[in-house]
Amino acid sequence: MMIENNLLIDFSIIKITEKNSKANLLHLHSCGQTISPAPNPLGSVRTLSLHFARSTEQKMDTNLVEMFRAGLNWVTMALDAPSARVVLFGVRIQWHIFVEVLLGFVIVILLSQKSYKPPKRPLTEQEIDELCDEWVPEPLIPPITEDMMHEPPVLESAAGPHTTVNGKDVVNFASANYLGLIGHEKLLESCTSALEKYGVGSCGPRGFYGTIDVHLDCETRISKFLSTPDTILYSYGLSTMFSTIPCFCKKGDIIVADEGVHWGIQNGLQLSRSTIVYFKHNDMDSLRSTLEKIMTKNKRSKNLRRYIVAEAVYQNSGQIAPLDEIVKLKEKYKFRVILDESNSFGVLGRSGRGLAEHHGVPIEKIDVVTAAMGHALATEGGFCTGNARIIDYQRLSSSGYVFSASLPPYLASAAITAIDVIDQNPELLVKMKHNIALLWKGLKDIKGMSLASDPESPIVFLKLEKSSGSTKEDLLLLEKMADRALKEDSLLVVSSKKSFLDKCRLPVGIKLLVSAGHSESDLVKVSESLKRLASELLL
Amino acid sequence: MKDCFARPIASAPDAWFDMVERDWNDGEKVRDRTTKRRRCLNLGSYNYLGFGSFDEYCTPRVIESLKKFSASTCSSRVDAGTTSVHVELEECVAKYVRKHSAIVFGMGYATNSFIIPVLIGKGGLIISDSLNHSSIINGARGSGANIRIFQHNTPSHLERILREEIAERQTKTHKPWKKIIVIVEGIYSMEGEICKLPEIVSICKKYKAYVYLDEAHSIGAIGNTGRGVCELLGVNTADVDIMMGTFSKSFASCGGYIAGSKELIQYLKHHCPAHLYATSISTPSAQQIISAIRVILGEDGSNRGAQKLARIRENSNYFRSELRNMGFKGMLARKCKFLYQNESHLLPHKRANSKRNMKQVAIAVVGFPATPLMLGRARICISASHSKQDLIKALEVISKVGDLTGIKYFPAAPKKQEAEKDTIKLV
Repeated sequence: MMIENNLLIDFSIIKITEKNSKANLLHLHSCGQTISPAPNPLGSVRTLSLHFARSTEQKMDTNLVEMFRAGLNWVTMALDAPSARVVLFGVRIQWHIFVEVLLGFVIVILLSQKSYKPPKRPLTEQEIDELCDEWVPEPLIPPITEDMMHEPPVLESAAGPHTTVNGKDVVNFASANYLGLIGHEKLLESCTSALEKYGVGSCGPRGFYGTIDVHLDCETRISKFLSTPDTILYSYGLSTMFSTIPCFCKKGDIIVADEGVHWGIQNGLQLSRSTIVYFKHNDMDSLRSTLEKIMTKNKRSKNLRRYIVAEAVYQNSGQIAPLDEIVKLKEKYKFRVILDESNSFGVLGRSGRGLAEHHGVPIEKIDVVTAAMGHALATEGGFCTGNARIIDYQRLSSSGYVFSASLPPYLASAAITAIDVIDQNPELLVKMKHNIALLWKGLKDIKGMSLASDPESPIVFLKLEKSSGSTKEDLLLLEKMADRALKEDSLLVVSSKKSFLDKCRLPVGIKLLVSAGHSESDLVKVSESLKRLASELLL
Repeated sequence: MKDCFARPIASAPDAWFDMVERDWNDGEKVRDRTTKRRRCLNLGSYNYLGFGSFDEYCTPRVIESLKKFSASTCSSRVDAGTTSVHVELEECVAKYVRKHSAIVFGMGYATNSFIIPVLIGKGGLIISDSLNHSSIINGARGSGANIRIFQHNTPSHLERILREEIAERQTKTHKPWKKIIVIVEGIYSMEGEICKLPEIVSICKKYKAYVYLDEAHSIGAIGNTGRGVCELLGVNTADVDIMMGTFSKSFASCGGYIAGSKELIQYLKHHCPAHLYATSISTPSAQQIISAIRVILGEDGSNRGAQKLARIRENSNYFRSELRNMGFKGMLARKCKFLYQNESHLLPHKRANSKRNMKQVAIAVVGFPATPLMLGRARICISASHSKQDLIKALEVISKVGDLTGIKYFPAAPKKQEAEKDTIKLV
């Protein structure tokens, strides 16, 4: 009997006899459902059709072929015997599948075997001793070169607009004393009374009896001045940013920072372990395209915390950040802004309230504002101001606040007095702005250098027009210029300094920090001197 | 719980201070300050030598320098921030610590965080004690070097790690370590233990690793002339490559220093970001440090310095033995001026703290994350300005409170031994 196409065949050279017929019929029935061993020792055949030529009419020369074929079929039948009726997933199992499966197993076993490695012998104590003796560490520091021997000028009096170096009177453009508050009598008075009452140091971190009522008063005063809900004081200006940023930004967050930020911010960014993307210095188009790229390319960005970090007045270039545009971008792409107002607090804005007032942006739009007080406020330390929850969080999680002794109380009281003076004397700001304008007029046609800062910024930055190609050479040249300005013209100016840890690649130059205490003659003197030195050394 | 921390004071952090009482607005976060003041005995400030308030020698000189140089220079050290006081301070510190030169910064925390990245970078190895301060951890992470921790104050484990690291690095990667710096502290602030410096220094010498010693708490307070743990344990300062310390504790000022060889300091002055970019230390604070060092060394013409050092030693030994007799469990280091009692969960300490406050004794209570979660403790800082009566009163209060809150874990010494407490052991 033959059944064609995917049906089980129980075909064998059997004679369907009357005796077997019933059994065969039953067998055929059961074939379709079960896998059962073949009843016939010869097995069942899976071919669609088999023709045995029994005809005696076959020619002799095909007999051999037929015999061969028969032999092959017999072998096939024999091998197929065990799986004659197996159908798995609609495919008939044939004998070669077993071979393939077996081969497959062998391959898997071989692949899973570890490659032969000679067994690792642990080092003996003697070998370790030898290795330790052989090892030669690098020296702790590289050899000292001549440029490292340069000594800074030593002041013999207060660092006001005029100071004394080596017994000579010198005009000081190197102190960030923007409003001329160094040496102000009210500040000195409040410091003296604080020293008599509290001594110098606070002898403890803020958490353990290092919080003195002056600190709390200072925080309240700053909040009132800037109209923010709360403020937290830090004991060191540079530590403010490097404690605040890691406090909020963690691994996995995205921070978009200006490439020209100062070292304190760079260190904070590094410690935060977030993904940092830099945009071109003070370039809003670059910022816009960076934000666009982040939000569109990476779909996960929407679930990550995103920050923009910028400085109000950049220490490395004197540029002023366009806060109104930054705020627009921030609102469009939903980022948070962390702004460092060290050089703009007490300086920008009609009443000195900083960049927000300068651009007419409400301060609530900036999420975190930090500032160092070692600039316009003529004291030390730093603060961070913002929403009450942000500030409260820092009191427990900011490492520079929790693990460090608090600000000496006399410096906090100096800060309070300085803010009072700024509030009561708006003419200081006017004078400072007038001085900046005068200095710009004097320096605009200097040869070999160009003014790279913003016309309203108190940091007047003269960058080198033609760089020698090597930053080290440029720095040495600028240092020479500053030394000569001091020796020949009794002027203290700042030449750019770079640590090898600093990643900022902005052009280097000479910085002049303008103060409200400078007179017109001082400004004229510095312009003349720099013009002369530039023409002598740079051309 | 929040009441235990950040308690404001309204006077100098001297032996007794005025604590400001706070009103709690029914569980709200805001704590209003009231005008009420409570006079408390100060056992929480780091005022070890008693310079923390008006001092007859230091304060007039500080006020003089304030009038001459103003509160700040508003400039970094390399620009216009170096005054003659800064130069004098660095010479004074170097001489005091017995090293060739020193460099001073405006904040102790920043000193560690900014110096370590300058000294070591990628390809180097830092091995630091497991209980090192957060500033050291920050500095080590910021440097980019590999970090390994060794068991607290266990020189044998340090040796094992050194051997392992030097040998395996060379065999595995064929690129040996560039340099290895081992960082330890003189006195550990949360344990009160003194570092086993002689053993650690000898191990580091043998394996050619550099030693960085942080003497934040030990400088000015231990050793015969207050020169720190090297003097106390007889270690030659030439064997310690980098010595670091802070001025906010014994000298009651602010800032930190690094002392080392001439080349090291010259290199740091040229490359350390804190020196190049940060505002220099306030000149009056610098003057305070100079004056305090002069008093300690007796250069002011009196022996107040020696008296202060003797008194702090006396006070801490007396206090320690009394507490032990009372049955408190302490991590009490020999010859150390602060003591820790009762490692346990933080809660009984907090209850104890508020009770002590009512009885006018102020103690610092420490918990996670500064200490392990289940090992909260109370920390007592003894000062040279505490008198014997102050200490007796404190002991009474602590004993009563200890009974109330059940933190006396050991049985008290029998009464007959108490007769011996009047003899002070000068260790």
